[in-house]
Amino acid sequence: MVPEELKKYIGKVDPPHLREVEKGAIRRYADAVGNDNPLYYDEEYAKKSRYGGIIAPPGFFGWAKQTIPSAEGLMGVMGAMIEAGYAGILDGGMSYEYFLPVRAGDTLVASPKVADIALKEGKTKMMIVRFEVAYYNQNGDLVAKSYQTLIGRQL
Amino acid sequence: MSKEQIHWEDIEVGYELPVLEKIAHSLMLVKWAGASGDFNPHHYETEFAMTQGTGGVIVHGLLKHAWLIQFVTNWMGDEGFMKKFSCQYRGLDFPRKMKTMNEPVDGETWKCKGKVVKKYVEEGEHLVDMEIGLENGKGQVTTPGTATVVLPSKKKGK
Repeated sequence: MVPEELKKYIGKVDPPHLREVEKGAIRRYADAVGNDNPLYYDEEYAKKSRYGGIIAPPGFFGWAKQTIPSAEGLMGVMGAMIEAGYAGILDGGMSYEYFLPVRAGDTLVASPKVADIALKEGKTKMMIVRFEVAYYNQNGDLVAKSYQTLIGRQL
Repeated sequence: MSKEQIHWEDIEVGYELPVLEKIAHSLMLVKWAGASGDFNPHHYETEFAMTQGTGGVIVHGLLKHAWLIQFVTNWMGDEGFMKKFSCQYRGLDFPRKMKTMNEPVDGETWKCKGKVVKKYVEEGEHLVDMEIGLENGKGQVTTPGTATVVLPSKKKGK
């Protein structure tokens, strides 16, 4: 049974937040990955490509424009997992569906949702949390959806 | 990337993508923390990491995911489009420490590998599905995954 204090998070939708996709942040992200694809930093090259400008590597959705309260979303759920005794939290995996490229200069609206929380009993008890985010661009088009899995272990 | 564009017709089921090698080290993890905004001390402080039951500082799952995305998207070229991507962090990976300010000590090298498992046309799009994975220095796949990409077709004159 999923503890009551976590159950209340299932289906919880957080207020959408704005994310700015700045070209400097894209360059820094690509650099940290060790990805030297010129689409992510070379304006001349990117202008001549099919995209007509710098894009972000899939997986990067810019930076939140405002501070997201720590009681909300992923941080809120992680706090509740720790409270419930599942303090060993590991990232379990990530999936995406992509519909459009994310471009430098975009302002995205991110809508996070706690899709599911489940308990898995094997050798040890684990809590599995699935977290979904839909990203829309400034034109209102859905650009991508992400699905993240968090695994909480009792330490 | 400025290289010859791959077309859907060039690829057959069973095709193996060129391997991309990566080295995770302390410096890279710190850079990644800054660029991604994940400041969990589990990825840079040994004392804290030891309380998390993983036996030490571990590589961020999302860094491994970013490597795999780089591997697929740079292979497919500018005319390709990644529609779907998925990866699971099944095994922990431990970064190399630094020997100098920017050089890691000798040690493990990771490999991104992938193989095309399906080739099809759907709603006018020329698609390939692939199985991908990040292999550690022992040859164990710590981060398996899948991806679906749209490739340009020669038939459409693209």
